Amino acid sequence: MAINLKKLSAKQDLLAGGHAACAGCTGPTVIRQALLAAETPVVCGCATGCMEVTTTLYPFTSWRTPFIHSAFENSAATMSGVETAFRALRRKGRVPDREIGFIAFGGDGGTYDIGLQSLSGMLERGHKMLYICYDNEAYMNTGIQRSSATPKGAETTTAQAGSVKAGKDQNRKDLTAIVIAHNPAYVAQAVPSLPNDFMTKVQEALKADGPSFINVLAPCHRGWRCKPDTGIEIAQLAVETCFWPLFKWERPGRLTITYKPKEKRPVAEWIKLQGRFKHLEEPRNRHIIDELQAEVDRKWNELLAMEAATQAAQSKAG
Amino acid sequence: MSKLISLTGNDAAAHALRQSRPDVAAAYPITPQTELMHKFAEFVANGQVDTDMILVESEHSAMSAAIGSSAAGARTFTATSANGMALMWEMLYIAASSRLPIVMPEVNRALSGPINIHCDHSDTMGARDAGWIQLFCENSQEAYDTTIQAFRIAEHPDVLLPVMICYDGFIISHTNEPVAMLDDAVVAKFVGEYTPARKLLDVDNPYTFGPLDLPEWYFEHKRQQIEAMRKAPAIIEAVGKEFGALSGRTYEFMEGYRMEDAEVVLVALGSTCGTAREAVDVVRESGIKAGLLKLRAFRPFPIARVRSALSKARVVGVFDRSVSFGIEGGPLYHEVRSSLYGGTTPVLPFVYGLGGRDIRVEQIAQAYRTLDEAAKRGVKERDVEFIGLRDA
Ligand SMILES: Cc1ncc(C[n+]2csc(CCOP(=O)(O)OP(=O)(O)O)c2C)c(N)n1
Repeated sequence: MAINLKKLSAKQDLLAGGHAACAGCTGPTVIRQALLAAETPVVCGCATGCMEVTTTLYPFTSWRTPFIHSAFENSAATMSGVETAFRALRRKGRVPDREIGFIAFGGDGGTYDIGLQSLSGMLERGHKMLYICYDNEAYMNTGIQRSSATPKGAETTTAQAGSVKAGKDQNRKDLTAIVIAHNPAYVAQAVPSLPNDFMTKVQEALKADGPSFINVLAPCHRGWRCKPDTGIEIAQLAVETCFWPLFKWERPGRLTITYKPKEKRPVAEWIKLQGRFKHLEEPRNRHIIDELQAEVDRKWNELLAMEAATQAAQSKAG
Repeated sequence: MSKLISLTGNDAAAHALRQSRPDVAAAYPITPQTELMHKFAEFVANGQVDTDMILVESEHSAMSAAIGSSAAGARTFTATSANGMALMWEMLYIAASSRLPIVMPEVNRALSGPINIHCDHSDTMGARDAGWIQLFCENSQEAYDTTIQAFRIAEHPDVLLPVMICYDGFIISHTNEPVAMLDDAVVAKFVGEYTPARKLLDVDNPYTFGPLDLPEWYFEHKRQQIEAMRKAPAIIEAVGKEFGALSGRTYEFMEGYRMEDAEVVLVALGSTCGTAREAVDVVRESGIKAGLLKLRAFRPFPIARVRSALSKARVVGVFDRSVSFGIEGGPLYHEVRSSLYGGTTPVLPFVYGLGGRDIRVEQIAQAYRTLDEAAKRGVKERDVEFIGLRDA
């Protein structure tokens, strides 16, 4: 069950190199880790976005698994069709009787925003598949526009920082909480900087008896305005500051925080590494950093309370 | 062999779908398509068909799930009307360009706005360039027969295109008519198994569907789609013939009524053709050599066949149940007119029945008289004539 890196290093990467993602992009890292973790053959889908356009440039494909892209807002719906076809054809003996995993990928735009309905429908219907959101906190493929995953104060090309504006006005949407509200089989947050944690979650998700969802923070150095070789470091700092807590939630309602920073670092440290927050250093914008910190604290405390409550409820029930 | 029973168009199509043994169906409600899915769900609930239904949260997801299911290797259908198809719009093109043989009854309903639930052809006409085969039906029997044939046409290796079965909302979908059904086993044999060459579930032979296709190759792939559509007429005809041998009801691209010596000809689609036959008989009694050309396929559009069918006409009128704003005459008018390009026969446009406005025998008879008069006066061109419209 536990991830054995030595064994994994002998496995073939199911996402071939040579794709067109930017050097230093953490998206392909997320996909490769997920595919390496899978213990059965998988069929993958991806929403329109950076990961789709860079991995399937006709006549080439990086996918060594069966793969389908159909559009932007419907990765979950498309893959729910694939998964349903599998159940139907397996029952009728028209495909070999063996387990196949189904993984739908989508960026935050394709998941939090335009694909939210499709995701919600898939979760509610209970398809046995894993949805992985690689969350780079903006619409990167079309040029770094604001999404509902963009943090408050971050500058994007549609929510700019200027003489009267300071980037995005609103806090980010807590999509993971929205997913949990559907009561699916398994939900988690992860980062590519802690592959053991992420890959264990992928394995648990694929084994779960129903729909599962993993939200993975995937820094984009173009959009976050940081150095190309700092994506992994910044992902890790998002965890150490509790901006991006790592946890898993298992049906019927047990939340486990899978990584607790020894010392919770201030969110300002995370912000400092990213050019998209540069304007927050100006005195007139400094209050936004405090507001961001307050939001991080609120969520983290909520999570700690939820962990305590659900674990207590479970042990009582057990 | 055939039993005659009373069925609505929706029930007839549902039976045809059941007998075609689809693996997966994606369903979302919209009037007047709903009863088709109710009937089909009843078959599923009673074990009369072994189909997995995906009860999606929107039509966009219905077509998306159908695309995933069809690409996975399952025989797949969905059904819709008007706004439902409008919401699928993006995915209609993707289904066709992915060469997925999805079958979809499209129960014709006026497209909003204003919102209206009754029949016209504005919904399917807007999708004429989406790359789907579009077959129109005159009655419940044709809805049944066409649905069965649709799977054969769509899944033919020379075609591999999705097929839309268009039948008029309420007029066909909700009207009981006698329908001759084939035996389940006969249909099962006729339709056969769906065995696609490439499927997502073949995990040992991974295949990428829906890649990014830039200027280097996109055009060639569109060409392949064009060629598939070019090959479709022969397959539509062959399947119609084979179906005829089985059922006694042969289907061709078009059907003429009293066309042998016809000089004043109307071209129309769908249920109105039944009404127009009566009108032909009425005006023939007053000496007008009237005829009707009923088209079955709107896509692929049979230009050469239309030209030869209309070669003896003195004047042609075209009945459109939809409009194209900013140009006189609807989509059918323009296709018929370009089919006759280079000839001297006047082709005159009519628009009728928008939003479910009734069309009566006498109104069509009057259209024949108008056409006859126009031909006598040497009218070559005029603005569209609206039938049954109040003077504002
Ligand atoms: C219906 C539709 N609207 C808009 C687009 C344009 N579009 C393509 S990719 C994309 C951005 C994707 O953003 P996200 O999902 O965050 O993924 P990323 O590009 O960051 O990987 C947009 C807006 C589209 N393809 N389809």
